Amino acid sequence: MLWRAIRLALQAIRRNALRSFLTVLGIVIGVGAVIAMVTIGHGTTERVTSDLQKLGSNLLIVRPGQSAMRGPGAAGAEADPFKERDLQALRQQLYEVRAVAPVASRAVTAVFGNENWNTRVTGTDNAFLAVQDWNLVAGRRFLDSELRAGRAVCIIGATVRQELFGRRDPIGERIRLRKIPCEVIGLLEAKGETSFGTDQDDTVLLPLRAFHRRIAGDTDIATIMVSAADTADTAKVQADIERLLRERRHISPGEDDDFYVRDMKQVITMMAGTTSVMTGLLGAVAAVSLLVGGIGIMNIMLVSVTERTREIGIRLAVGALERQVLLQFLVEAVVLSLFGGTVGIVLGLGLAGAAVELLDIPFVFDPAIVVIAFVFSAAVGVIFGFVPARRAARLDPIEALRHE
Amino acid sequence: MQAARQYPQRADGKAALIELQRAVKVYGGGAASVRALDGIDFAIQAGEFVAIMGPSGSGKSTAMNVLGCLDTLTAGRYLFQGVDVGNLARNQRALLRRHFIGFVFQGFNLLARTTALENVELPLVYRGMPARERRRRAADALGRVGLSGREAHTPAELSGGQQQRVAIARAIVTAPDVLLADEPTGNLDTGTSREIMKLVTSLNRDQGITVIMVTHERDIATYAPRIVSFLDGRIASDVRNRDAA
Ligand SMILES: Nc1ncnc2c1ncn2[C@@H]1O[C@H](COP(=O)(O)OP(=O)(O)OP(=O)(O)O)[C@@H](O)[C@H]1O
Ligand SMILES: [Mg+2]
Repeated sequence: MLWRAIRLALQAIRRNALRSFLTVLGIVIGVGAVIAMVTIGHGTTERVTSDLQKLGSNLLIVRPGQSAMRGPGAAGAEADPFKERDLQALRQQLYEVRAVAPVASRAVTAVFGNENWNTRVTGTDNAFLAVQDWNLVAGRRFLDSELRAGRAVCIIGATVRQELFGRRDPIGERIRLRKIPCEVIGLLEAKGETSFGTDQDDTVLLPLRAFHRRIAGDTDIATIMVSAADTADTAKVQADIERLLRERRHISPGEDDDFYVRDMKQVITMMAGTTSVMTGLLGAVAAVSLLVGGIGIMNIMLVSVTERTREIGIRLAVGALERQVLLQFLVEAVVLSLFGGTVGIVLGLGLAGAAVELLDIPFVFDPAIVVIAFVFSAAVGVIFGFVPARRAARLDPIEALRHE
Repeated sequence: MQAARQYPQRADGKAALIELQRAVKVYGGGAASVRALDGIDFAIQAGEFVAIMGPSGSGKSTAMNVLGCLDTLTAGRYLFQGVDVGNLARNQRALLRRHFIGFVFQGFNLLARTTALENVELPLVYRGMPARERRRRAADALGRVGLSGREAHTPAELSGGQQQRVAIARAIVTAPDVLLADEPTGNLDTGTSREIMKLVTSLNRDQGITVIMVTHERDIATYAPRIVSFLDGRIASDVRNRDAA
C-alpha cells in the first residue's frame, strides 16, 4: 500500500511539475537562507572572540581618565598620566600577577637607507612581550642595561621589517626614528590583522626611557597592561589595582576614579555579545525568508486546492479509500519537502562556504539550525499539502467533485 | 414503443439489485431549498437495461449520484442488493463503488494532465491490479470505445466526445456489475452514439451488466427495454419498451 502511494505521489509530482517545482523552491529558499545566514553569523562571532582571546584573556588595561565606554567628553587629558613610579608600585605591590607592562606610543616615520615607513613606536620593556604572549623570531629582547640606560635599540614588527628591509636580515642594522639612529636587535613574530582591521605587526618597540627621552620628550605612560596569573581572579586583581592607584593618586573616598581598569574578559564578553546580536539579526532575516518560503508553499498549495479537491473526488468516486488518498497526498508532501529541504541545506552550506572564504571567517556548522530549518519547511509543506487534502477526502465524492 | 405495464417493485421474493424507497434529496435549506428528489420509488433487477429520461433539472443526475453511492439521501432508503447504503460507513461505500459500480459522469471528471490510458487505469489501481495487466485492460477498454491510438493524450488534447468516451472506458474497464451512465452520448454525433449504444447493449446482453443510463434523446432511450421518466423529482412514468433493439 505504501509502495503504491509512493508511485501515485511520484506520478502526481511529475504531472504537476510546475506546482511541485514552486513548492520545492519555497523550501529551498527558506532552508538555504537560514543555514547560510546563521553559519556566517556564527563564523563572525567565532572570529571576533578568538581574536580577542589571542590578546590574552587575563589582561587588564589601566588608563588615566574615565572609561571611553562612558562616552566622549570623558576627561582623559585632565587626569594625571601615569609615571614610572606608578609602574614600579604596581610591580611591587600586586599579587598574582604575571607581568606589568608600560605602554606609551607615538606615530613616527622610520627610515632605512632610501626606504621610509610611517609606523607607531611604543616605549615599553620586555614585560610587553610577556603580557601579549608575543615571541621573537630573530634577535633578542632588551637587556636590563639597555632599559636602565634608555639605549636606542629596537624590536620591530613583521610589517616594518617587510617595508624597510624586504627579505633582508634586519638584525644589527640601524634605522632612524625621527632622525634618531636606532639598532634593530629583535624581530617580532607576525600576528596579522585584528578583526577590526588594524595591523598588529606595524610596530616598533623601544625601551621606555629611550622613548621618553628621544621621541616623546615627556615621562608619561599612557597605558599600563597587567597580565594576571592564570590562576588569579581578575576581579580581585582589578580591585587591588584600583585601591592602589586611588591611594597613590590621593583620591578620597566618595570621589570618582580618575583612571579606569578594563578587564579584557569583559570586553570579550561584550564583543561576543555584539556579534551574537548580529547573528540574531541575521537569523531574524533568515527566519523571514523561511516564513516567506513557507507562505509561498502555502499559497501554491491553496491555489491548487480546488483542482486537488476535484482530483480527490475522482479518486474516491472510482473506489479509493479515504486513507489511500491521504497516504498519497502525505507521501507527495513529504517527498517534496525532503527534496526541497535537502537541496536547501546543500545550497545554504555552499553559500555559507563561499561567504566564509570571502570574509575570512571560520566555518561553524550548526546542526541544530539545519534541523530546525528542515523541520520547519517540511512541516509547512506537509501541513499545507496535507490538511486541505484531509478535508477533501472526508467529503462525499460528489461534493468534492463540485468544489469551486 | 408503448407503456406495457407498471413495472413491479419486486419481480419475485428476492431483493432487487437496486431499490429506492421514498427517496428524498433536498439541496440547501430554508426558503432556497430544492427538493431534487421528491419521493422516488423504484427497483431494478440484476441484468436490466434502464433508460432514465426527463426534462433538465428533474433530478436525474441527483438520482444517479445516489445510485452510484457518490451522494447520500436526505430521507428514504437506498438498498443495494438488499443492503441499506445509508447505514454503511464511508469506506464501505467506497468499496461498493470499487467492486460493483462503473460510473460515467455527465461532466466526465477526468484527471487533468493525465493521459487517457492512466485515467482509464485509475479504478484498477485501487483494485491492486499489477501494472502490466492494468495497462493491457485499459488499452483494451479504450479500443472498445474507439479511441485506440489516443492512449497518450491528456483530456486537454481530446475533443469533448473523445473525453466522454474516455470516461465510458474508465467506467467499463473494471467490468462492473452495474454501469451508471449520465448522458453518455451527450457530446457524440449520431454515428459515434450508435457505436457506443451498441457497446452498452452488448455489455448488458453478453456480459449481464446491469445498465442504468440517463439520456435526453428518445432515439438513445429506445435502446433500453425499460424507460423511466422523471418530472420535478418524481417518477412520471415507468414503461416497458417492446421496440428495444
Ligand atoms: N449541489 C446542488 N445544490 C443545490 N441545488 C442543486 C444541486 N445539484 C442539483 N441541484 C438542483 O437539483 C435539481 C435537480 O438537479 P439534477 O442535476 O439532478 O437535474 P438533471 O435532471 O440531471 O438535469 P440535467 O438534465 O440538466 O442534467 C435542479 O433543480 C438543480 O438546480
Ligand atoms: Mg444531469
